Parts: sequence; structure tokens; C-alpha cells
Amino acid sequence: MSLLEVSDLHVRVADREILNGVNLEVNPGEIHAIMGPNGSGKSTLTNTIAGQEGYIVENGDLRLNGTNLVELEPEERSYAGLFLAFQYPVEIPGVTNMEFLKTAVDSHRKQRGETALSSVEFIKNMRALVTKLDFNPEFLKRGVNESFSGGEKKRNEILQMLCLDPKVALLDETDSGLDIDALQVVAKGINEFRNSNNAVVLVTHYQRLLNHVVPDYVHVLLNGTIVKSGDASLALDLERNGYAWLEQDNSP
Amino acid sequence: MSNNIATTPEELISKEYTAGFVTDIETETLPPGLSEEVVREISRKKAEPEWLTEWRLDALRRWEKMEEPTWAHVKFPPIDYQAISYFAAPKGDKPKSLDEVDPELLRTYEKLGIPLHEQKILAGVEEEPSQPRVAVDAVFDSVSITTTFKETLKEHGVVFCSFSEAVQSHPDLVKKYLGSVVPKTDNFYAALNSAVFSDGSFVYVPKGVRCPMELSTYFRINAENTGQFERTLIIADEGSYVSYLEGCTAPMRDENQLHAAVVELIALDDAQIKYSTVQNWYPGDENGVGGIYNFVTKRGTCRGARSHISWTQVETGSAITWKYPSVILRGDDSIGEFYSVALTNNRQQADTGTKMTHIGRNTKSTIISKGISAGHSSNAYRGLVRMNPGARDARNYTQCDSLLIGSECAAHTFPYIESRRQDAIVEHEATTTRVSDDQLFMCRQRGIEPEKAVSMIVNGFCRDVFRELPMEFAVEASKLLEVSLEGAVG
Repeated sequence: MSLLEVSDLHVRVADREILNGVNLEVNPGEIHAIMGPNGSGKSTLTNTIAGQEGYIVENGDLRLNGTNLVELEPEERSYAGLFLAFQYPVEIPGVTNMEFLKTAVDSHRKQRGETALSSVEFIKNMRALVTKLDFNPEFLKRGVNESFSGGEKKRNEILQMLCLDPKVALLDETDSGLDIDALQVVAKGINEFRNSNNAVVLVTHYQRLLNHVVPDYVHVLLNGTIVKSGDASLALDLERNGYAWLEQDNSP
Repeated sequence: MSNNIATTPEELISKEYTAGFVTDIETETLPPGLSEEVVREISRKKAEPEWLTEWRLDALRRWEKMEEPTWAHVKFPPIDYQAISYFAAPKGDKPKSLDEVDPELLRTYEKLGIPLHEQKILAGVEEEPSQPRVAVDAVFDSVSITTTFKETLKEHGVVFCSFSEAVQSHPDLVKKYLGSVVPKTDNFYAALNSAVFSDGSFVYVPKGVRCPMELSTYFRINAENTGQFERTLIIADEGSYVSYLEGCTAPMRDENQLHAAVVELIALDDAQIKYSTVQNWYPGDENGVGGIYNFVTKRGTCRGARSHISWTQVETGSAITWKYPSVILRGDDSIGEFYSVALTNNRQQADTGTKMTHIGRNTKSTIISKGISAGHSSNAYRGLVRMNPGARDARNYTQCDSLLIGSECAAHTFPYIESRRQDAIVEHEATTTRVSDDQLFMCRQRGIEPEKAVSMIVNGFCRDVFRELPMEFAVEASKLLEVSLEGAVG
């Protein structure tokens, strides 16, 4: 059974139809990249899968590990094993990263019928994790994304992903605005995360992250539908030729 | 996607008030109305000396000529001061020990989680007391029921007793300091309090003594149609230190009840007073019916050089809160601080803040105010920073932050600065933010349920103030916010 199954997905935001019939099948161990020009519906796809309010599923199906997501609350989708790394992570002033992560991890444990970790145990685990990722441990004591640089915010998303260990991680332009060093740290985090039981969906504009995290499949989203799928070489074609040649192929 | 549970802030605001029960106990109440006779009767019941009776009567005569202030940003129908009873007390003589206290009263405090039994320290378990040791003065309606740990405190020379008791046991101190910070005619409610005040707490910490435990007073309104008018006086002699906390609750009733207290703090040379309040008076229901009118005058004076007074308040209750805990910085190098979290929900109204009056040289004040508004409530910060001509090198730092939950509530900031010094430094920062849908969605995506998420966001917002509270009360305050916001967002 595939991990994530998107079938004939039609999504409306306010009175605009943004996605019209997206199909996507992601299997364990796979990395998929979704590319496409601005306004093609990439973020709509990830936000809809995560259950953001205002993204109305008009038709189609969303399944994670066989569970129908459409009727689930965002936190229930999280418990089912879905993670979304945000394009623009928000700040929560005064709440430390450590506190935020522990609250999230404890909620997940509670859902699984496990007791909360002791603070000592949790802090120990977190310290080990940040060291592995080359993050400054001070990171944990700061307010969630509070006066973080763009790169730090994106790294924080990766840290949360590793902490929650989801089945499917959707990464919405996690590579945008990163310098080379930060990009490598993020890539290292993704490679650290991936294994034969989980899957990663990268939404990106650029080929450069894909040099570090090699996708098994590349899909092109255009005007609310996937117009072309291929292997890693497709991303290189796009980098060279842009999207115009696909647009012509697909004009209605 | 579909949403079956509440997902907007508006839908989630519904408040559970857990302290709203009534204690069934026989009460002796004066008939409603205010006159010289009533004032004399209150004074007689307390067997007060002549000078105090006269002091009260003078306050009454002056109050009768005063008018209710109307400048606060709150709305309420006129109060009929002749319809209120000015004295209510459980029947019978004041119990001499805890064994004589009506069991019904003991159960009340037990239900509220207030420890009236002095914790016995047993050999071998001293290192881990199950509860922190806190001395409690329990004020029920107009009288003090009991004060714990009096003996232990006495060994250190600390006087901690009810105000009525202090009038008998320490008349000189009471006479010297009563009304010395908040004069009888300071304002309408202070004058009313001066005429009819019933009980409250009295603290005296002698020279050089660091009070060995937290002191606290727990105020409970129980009787119907009464007002509570307590008076608290805290004197920290040279080089002493005391940390004091007050808590307040009342039953849920459809009519409004008036609470008009006066608190006076005096810090002499090198003394420090830390005064914390966790105020949870009944706020009224979601339509704004019932609740306490909390019209309180609190002021401290840093009389001595290098003295230090800080007010920390967490205000979640009352239909209307109207209070400005203030500091008069008279002594050179003295420090005044005000840390406040005021949360309003449903139809609650709060107009609260502080006054820092700099008189001495090199005096410093800090104001951190966090206002949280939800529901249809209105929350105003009002602060005055005054630099007098003699206040050389005085400094103030003010930070006022407002957090809005939902779209029907309001937050206002009224900062006043009066500086008569060129060299004074006055800084003011203010922000207004909203618990955003994006913050909530991020928390929910990580598996944090909406209510938990809101309480986490609100707690984070209040962090700077909570860290000023004594540890055990910080936990209580944080829980209280959680209860007050129950059902607050999605």
C-alpha cells in the first residue's frame, strides 16, 4: 500500500478553483519533488493535505497509510503521521523551542497511549539530536522562531520533523532563501530522516536542493494539475528550459 | 475540509469558574445602608479605640461630599450604596484556634485549595515538603478566620495577623502608618473603604529581618448583598525583606458585588517588599450578568533610601477591575516595579495599570504590562510616570503589550508621562498582537490541540511577568489562565 495517495484532488480557496484533479502516489522509501512556477498550486497542495482552514476539498481523495485524511482535524493528521515544514514558519514569542517540541512530542505520545517523557530524558534526546544536526544547542532555549534568521527558521522545521518522526514529510520550499551552508545542513537533516519506511515530498523552485537530496520522482505542477512526471533528470531539464515548453503542451 | 469542533476564537471562548460555590453558614450581617450609626457599629464590633472610630467617621463625612470618578474606560449602572450591607461575618466569637473554626469554613478553604493547617515538619521528610510553607491569613466576608504560622513568624519578630488584631496588639504602628500612603480622601473608593473597612492583613517586619516564609492573605466573599472592604498594611523596617501574596474568589451570583480594598505598603531604608496578587473574583457569566466590581486602591511608598517595592499581579477575575498599584519613590536610589497580566474574557472590563511617582534622586521604575483580551471584553492599560523636580537622574522603562484573541474584544493603552526634569529618562514601548490563525495551525500541525496551543501562546506572552511570581504561584497563575481561556480558540 502506498504511504500517501492523492487521487483526483480538486481544491477551492474562497471561490477560486486552485487544484483541478491532482494525482500523486508516494511509496515508502521514496523522495518526490514537486516543482512548478509561482501560482501553480504547490502550496495549496501541501496546505490542503495538512488540513489548513479555508482549503476546501471539492472532490477527490487524500489517504495517508490508508486513512482518509479529508475529514480529519490538522492535529489528527499529525497523529496519523503527516508533517508539513512551513514555507513561512511563524514565531511564538516567549514559548521556548524546547517547550514547544516537548508539548508536541507529548501530544503524539499520548495519542499512542504512551506516557510523557520526563524533562530530563527529553532534554537529553534533544541535545543529542541538535549535536547530530550541527545546530547550536542554544537554539533550544530560544522562543519558537523568535528573532530567528530565515535560515534558522527552516532549520527549526527540520529539527521538528526529526523530533516527531512522521511517516510522510511535506517540505514546502524549505530551501528558499537559504545560503549554501544552511542548505547543506537542511539537506543533511533530510537525509538523516529518510529511511525505507517513510517518505519525503519536497516542494521546490530550484534544482540546487536536489543535488543534495536526490529525488526518485519529479513532478511538474502547472495550473492546478500535474502535467509531467519523471526522474531526477526532469529537474535538470526544468532548470535549463523553464516551464514554458510544458505550458504550450498543456494549453487547453 | 470540514470542521466539527470549534475552530474560531469566538466559538471557543467559554469560561468555567470553579470557585463559584456558596458556603452554607450562619452569617451575622448588618442591614443594608450606610450612616454614622453603621460606621460606629462596625467600629464597636471590633472594639476599636476612639481615635479609630473618629478616623472612620471623618472619612465617611468626607466621602459623602465626594463624587464617583467617571474617567475610567469602563461602563456600569450606578451603584446604590444604601443597598449594600457593610458588614458580614460567620456567627459566633472569633475562633481561638483552628479546632474551633466551623468545619464548614474549613471545608470551604479545602475546596479552594488553601492550606489552613500548618504543615507539620516530620523528622526525615524535611527535605521534600509536599507543599511550600506559606503562612495564610484567611479573610471570609468581613472577618479574618485564622492566621497560620503566627508562632513561627513571631520567633523572627515578624508580625502577621488580621488588621483587627493589629489594632489591639500594635496600636502605635497602626496609628502611625494607617492612611499615610493612601490618605482617607485619596479617592471616592478609598474614602468609602476608610469609613467602613472591615478586616484585612497586617504585616510588620522588623529591622534587618528577612521574613522566613511567604505570607499570604486569601480573600473570600460569601454572603449575599454585601461588599468587601478590606484594609491591608505592610511595613518593612530598615533592611528587611518580605514577599506577600493575596488571592481572591467569590461565589457565582447574578447580582454584582462591590469589593473596594485599600492596600498600603511602607518600605524604609534598604527594605524590600514584593507584593503579588492572583485575583480571581467571579467575573460574571458570558452575558455579563453578575460578577465582582473590583475597585481597589493599592499604593506603596519607598520611604527609605535604596528601598524596593514590586507589585506583581495576575488579574483574571471580576466583572470590572479598576486598580493601579502604584509606588511613590521618595527615598534616593529606590526602585519601583509593576508587573501585570490582566486577562479579560466574555464581557469583562479592566482598566488597570500603575503610577510611578519619582521624588528621590536616582530612582528607577519598571512597568511591564501584559493585557489579554478575549470574547467581547475590554482591557485598558492606564499608567502615569511622574518625574518630580527633585528626581535627579530618575529613569523609567515601560513596556505594554496587548494580545487579542478573536475579533470582538478591545485593548487600549493610556500612558501618561509628566516629567519636570531634563535629565529624566522615560522609555515607553507598546505592542498589540493577535493569536494568529497561522500560529494555531502551526501548533495543530505539530499535534498540539487548539486549547493547549492557545494556553501555550498566552503563557509565552506572559512569561516576563510570571517569572516575577514566587514559583508555586507562577504555576497557579499559569493554570488559572488555562481555566480562564477554557474553550478559547481552535
